[in-house]
Amino acid sequence: MIQYFDPKKLDPNKDLGTPPSLSTELVSLAIDGREIIVPEGTSVLRAAALAGINIPKLCASDNLEAFGSCRLCAVQIEGRKGFPASCTTPVAEGMQVSTQTEPVAKLRRNIMELYISDHPLDCLTCPANGDCELQDMAGAVGLREVRYGFDGENHLHAEKDESNPYFSFDPSKCIVCSRCVRACEEVQGTFALTIDGRGFDSKVSAGANDSFMDSDCVSCGACVQACPTSTLMEKSVIEQGQPEHSVVTTCAYCGVGCSFKAEMKGNEVIRMVPYKGGDANHGHSCVKGRFAFGYATHKDRVRSPMIRDSIDQPWQEVSWEQAISFAAKRLKDVQAKYGRESIGGITSSRCTNEETYLVQKLVRAAFGNNNTDTCARVCHSPTGYGLKTTLGESAGTQTFDSVMKADCIVVIGANPTDAHPVFASQLRRRLRQGAELIVIDPRKIDLLKTPHMGKGMHLPLRPGTNVTIINALAHVVVTEGLEDKNFVATRCDEKAYQAWRKFISEPRHSPEVLEEITGVAAEDVRNAARAYANAGNGAIYYGLGVTEHSQGSTMVMGIANLAMATGNIGREGVGVNPLRGQNNVQGSCDMGSFPHELPGYQHVSDVVARSRFESAWGVVLDDEPGLRIPNMFDAAIAGSFKALYVQGEDIAQSDPNTQHVESALRALDCLIVQDIFLNETAKFAHVLLPGSTFLEKNGTFTNAERRINRVRKVMPAIAGKEDWEVTVDLANALGYPMNYQHPSEIMDEIAQLTPSFNGVSYAKLEEQGSIQWPCNAEHPNGTPTMHEVDFPIGKGQFAITEYVATSEKTNRRFPLLLTTGRILSQYNVGAQTRRTANQQWHDEDVLEVHPHDAELRGIHDGDWLGISSRAGQTVLRARVSERMLPGVVYTTFHHPGSGANVITTDNSDWATNCPEYKVTAVQVEKVSQPSEWQRQFKAFDERQRKLYRKPKGAPEHVGR
Amino acid sequence: MTLQIFVPSDTTACSLGADAIAAAIELAAAQSGADIELIRNGSRGLFWLEPMVEVETPAGRVAYGPVEISDVHGLLKAGLFDGNVEHPLCGGLTEEIPFLKNQQRVTFARLGLGDPLSLEHYLAHDGFRGLQQALSLRPADMVQQVMDSGLRGRGGAAFPTGIKWKTVLDAEADQKYIVCNADEGDSGTFADRLVMECDPYMLIEGMVIAGLAVGANQGYIYLRSEYPLAQRIMDEAIVRARAAGYVGANICGSGRQFELEVRLGAGAYICGEETALLESLEGKRGMVRAKPPLPALKGLFAKPTVVNNVLSLAALPFIFDKGAQAYADLGMGRSRGTLPFQLAGNVRQGGLVELAFGVSLRELMEDFGGGTFTGRPLKAVQVGGPLGAYLPESQWDTPLDYEAFAAIGAVLGHGGVVMFDDTVDMGEQARFSMEFCVVESCGKCTPCRIGSTRGVEVIDKIRSGQQPEANLALLDELCTTMIDGSLCAMGGMTPFPVQSVMKYFADDLRPLADRER
Repeated sequence: MIQYFDPKKLDPNKDLGTPPSLSTELVSLAIDGREIIVPEGTSVLRAAALAGINIPKLCASDNLEAFGSCRLCAVQIEGRKGFPASCTTPVAEGMQVSTQTEPVAKLRRNIMELYISDHPLDCLTCPANGDCELQDMAGAVGLREVRYGFDGENHLHAEKDESNPYFSFDPSKCIVCSRCVRACEEVQGTFALTIDGRGFDSKVSAGANDSFMDSDCVSCGACVQACPTSTLMEKSVIEQGQPEHSVVTTCAYCGVGCSFKAEMKGNEVIRMVPYKGGDANHGHSCVKGRFAFGYATHKDRVRSPMIRDSIDQPWQEVSWEQAISFAAKRLKDVQAKYGRESIGGITSSRCTNEETYLVQKLVRAAFGNNNTDTCARVCHSPTGYGLKTTLGESAGTQTFDSVMKADCIVVIGANPTDAHPVFASQLRRRLRQGAELIVIDPRKIDLLKTPHMGKGMHLPLRPGTNVTIINALAHVVVTEGLEDKNFVATRCDEKAYQAWRKFISEPRHSPEVLEEITGVAAEDVRNAARAYANAGNGAIYYGLGVTEHSQGSTMVMGIANLAMATGNIGREGVGVNPLRGQNNVQGSCDMGSFPHELPGYQHVSDVVARSRFESAWGVVLDDEPGLRIPNMFDAAIAGSFKALYVQGEDIAQSDPNTQHVESALRALDCLIVQDIFLNETAKFAHVLLPGSTFLEKNGTFTNAERRINRVRKVMPAIAGKEDWEVTVDLANALGYPMNYQHPSEIMDEIAQLTPSFNGVSYAKLEEQGSIQWPCNAEHPNGTPTMHEVDFPIGKGQFAITEYVATSEKTNRRFPLLLTTGRILSQYNVGAQTRRTANQQWHDEDVLEVHPHDAELRGIHDGDWLGISSRAGQTVLRARVSERMLPGVVYTTFHHPGSGANVITTDNSDWATNCPEYKVTAVQVEKVSQPSEWQRQFKAFDERQRKLYRKPKGAPEHVGR
Repeated sequence: MTLQIFVPSDTTACSLGADAIAAAIELAAAQSGADIELIRNGSRGLFWLEPMVEVETPAGRVAYGPVEISDVHGLLKAGLFDGNVEHPLCGGLTEEIPFLKNQQRVTFARLGLGDPLSLEHYLAHDGFRGLQQALSLRPADMVQQVMDSGLRGRGGAAFPTGIKWKTVLDAEADQKYIVCNADEGDSGTFADRLVMECDPYMLIEGMVIAGLAVGANQGYIYLRSEYPLAQRIMDEAIVRARAAGYVGANICGSGRQFELEVRLGAGAYICGEETALLESLEGKRGMVRAKPPLPALKGLFAKPTVVNNVLSLAALPFIFDKGAQAYADLGMGRSRGTLPFQLAGNVRQGGLVELAFGVSLRELMEDFGGGTFTGRPLKAVQVGGPLGAYLPESQWDTPLDYEAFAAIGAVLGHGGVVMFDDTVDMGEQARFSMEFCVVESCGKCTPCRIGSTRGVEVIDKIRSGQQPEANLALLDELCTTMIDGSLCAMGGMTPFPVQSVMKYFADDLRPLADRER
């Protein structure tokens, strides 16, 4: 008798036909005489697949609800009439199923004959040849002839839709199984596809007969993956043929950390297919991870090391050895001249844990100071501070899957459908099941327009007033008696709680009083608080709309307060969940990138921790925190900070107040940039070291749910070295020996030095697929849900969250508030996505203006708008939009020439210096030419490009 | 004394000119100063006499029909307003017309007696008495009543209504629904329309009873858009019933609640299939759902739902008023009560014939239908809509009974009877069956979606003499594939008429060229 309880043991590459049943009741049945026990509610088709019996199928797939349309999976069941479809027939106790009988065989063959009577017979030249389920099934049922002939009605001349840059739609090959339509609905949640017409005229249609590109399609690829024929097919496969091997790896875009199968032909990626075994994405993807990988082979890739003495000189192509020794000499010279603390390094949230670890180790051990920081400074540093203070750990509390148990989902300052699309699809699935949604955001984000969702609430607060809203919510919870008194009593620090309770109960925190500040109706705030507190399971997800404020850390603590007060911590379905912007923000923070913390958030002043590192690294470590990025800039301008090593990070584009950043970079004696492209920062550099993409190296990324995923090398590094190897070379050249043969050895060192990583190893990652830290003796297999029993600091600490208005206020000169965000097709500064066909969705940043504000200024769609702030001026095109309230304007920051950060100010979070990107007072007016900064930018960009000779041997064509 | 004159207002009578006739009568009365009350009643179901004008006399209502506008002058001249005329169109006392007199009108007892929207009239003719009875019963007892009555689904599947109700009653849910399937799309059927156009409160009463029985407080009538008059009448009837407290938050002062509204379909036959209907009612594309789950457990918006045909729901007021036994006393075998047959096609006396189960098809066609309209010999009859088999004369003595029909591979369905005389080309009819499926298939399952198109093509090949033997064998296999493989009854029953032609009218499937020889 075969029993299956552990879905982990299932082969992710096998399609079991229908989704698993979550029932704990077990049912025993016999299929072709084989006894099997499965959970109640399992389909006969799945039960058979679990028993190793493969029933033919075409419309069934285990990521879609059973549909029952193809009828190929018909079986016979003793005591039942006819030929039930095994996909839609649930198992029953004692059921006797026959999957291969003569009548069944005949029925299947006759159905297949019908299919093929309306299908082109071009298998040998078909792009799906070798990967076609229709072909496989025709073989499985033994189809030998089509007695209907081929001159009947058919769809063989249906027109192709080639509008999408990544996949084609050839309806002549369509078998109308609706898998694409269902994937769009059930997996992605966009509902862009439908079946148009009925009966024989049924055809897949994007929207109301739009092209794919003009429809609501977000190009996530779920339909392409679902298609059993070549109807929906990657253009790369059409052009290059079927891949011959594949490697499972982790996407390098956002913090969801999707697992993909890189499907290869030799060293060339043919396509990226989301991996069903991936614990973060369960086989789903978005347009970036699925299709936008062509940047890896783009002609702009930096292919050899380059050096120059000053940024007015042309770049000189040199060997790795020359470049490294040039860099090392410069660093040493600077330190000799300006002191030990005059240099520093910036780690990247796009690089692997191992690489990040090495850069901070380089700074601490070889540079001899703590001047290491990371791009998390400008995104989630307040998360680290706020959560560590209140909950005791600088990390999200849940798995992504936890959202499937949430009853009320609060999304604050995040835009998951654009920035974390795969998680957004899961969230939307839960919303379709009836969970309530509360969005706290100045903009009406797309999540609020989730098709078929239940109740949704939008609290459109004024930018900069987060803390008042969270305080008002907590005030309602406390004053209306909605607290989870038991949780607070057993899990939280009594003294801190009482202090907080007294503070938050004060009438000045009531929604009615705060209404004037937030602009949100008091009744809506009350209803939101009640919904969250009374939901059963209330979960909070937040993004940079929370952290990138002058009170980012206060807001994070306010969120933690609210979750603790309502008992929404420590089990599935609840929690406080930062949505991480980049692939490895969590990891780069974990790896000790901050100037005050060693790996694992161990403070540099902590003698025990520091001495552990000192003995392992063989050096004496500085016990004083080093410089944060903004401090480095200030020190550079002041003349005390003279050299910087930047790995995989484009501070010139991504950090606020561009003019200030540029002045700082120009003031450096030595800027070493390690990147895959000549990015904006590299234009100020003296050493340019070629970076390697995620496809070219081994390592690990840690996603927003603390999940450590393996990154596996699928092609050789384009310039010969993986990023970690470059850091190793630089360390050795500086006289600090590093000797690693493989990133697994670096991970072993991390595990040894970091309590929360003690149990992590590449061997365990291979075995488990992924690990959510903490992983140690206490949690040998990792920790999906944090704080189940207690907090790392014992009791949860409520924090007083006094609202202090930002100094970035509107006035008559700057009457509007600018806030920024992302868009689905582009990623961050756009260095990668701008070098792919994703450009077709978003080829410029625009300024969204409310019709009211537009009317006042005579602004129409497409007008050039000058946007000026206290920091600078730039020019963008206008788009009139009602997503924001009047008085708020919005833009994205994906294109360097847009200069979004020319206008952002150097205001920052009081605790962590995270920039206040989300609030800038601006004025907007119609103009006829680019801003002064943009003209300078263009001139500088052109000059730097001339100085950067195209390296020899670089191919002319753009990679796919 | 005021003379009551009745001119029907239902779709059949109106399409035959009833409105003009009514106007002409009213005008004449006004001109002559005659003291009449013109009542626009519902049809009495004697379609061959429509527009059938009735005059109330001391002896009872006297019928004239079929009246054409050109007849009005003659009727008036002959003394229509005097209440007693000799005229060639006079059929005597309505109640004595054999077509009507010989029926067993149970559900349709009130049909055409008065103004369909007159609540007063409805109440005067036993209206809402069933509901009053039902209000005194516990839900489980109500369900038991329906079980005891032997009522089976009149939409065609003949599933015991009481068992369906019990499933819904026993299902735990915060919300349950009653859905009335009024997507009457079978060829030759019109009984649902007559209920809604001529006796709308009966359907409302039935739905309220169903709601009380299973614990549903919301009902929807899914009405085909081709019935605009039925929509207007039902909408108005619901408004009036709500105002009078028969629908709404406090039914008859009982404190119990039932809301009701009409929803229109969009012209798809498949939406008469209950799961496609539910999809459509939810605002989605009308596609068949796989079962399980049964709609009784996961129906409309995934809540337990009773989906009953108009006729099933319309039978309830009688069952609850007169008792389950009174209903169960009628009929034969497991087919209890009455079925309103609808005579159409090539028939002399078309119309509604409500009879207890058990009479033979031949009696129905001959005694009531009076044979063919053309007077030519009857050749074939299709019972139960476009998916029902064509019956040859050898089967006409089959009693009208679900089981007896099933035994000969036929169905009673919704009670539609379409007759054909000997000029019919049954090969053409077989082709039509497949073609109907081509047009109406939802397209979800392969056997139905592609099979029906290939079915037309194969029949064309047979009829044009292309390898007729091989193609007949292929047609036979295709029929089996569709029956065994289709998701719902649409594709699963489309072959029934085709197979009946192959079996009983094989001659008509020979190549046309051969037959002309």
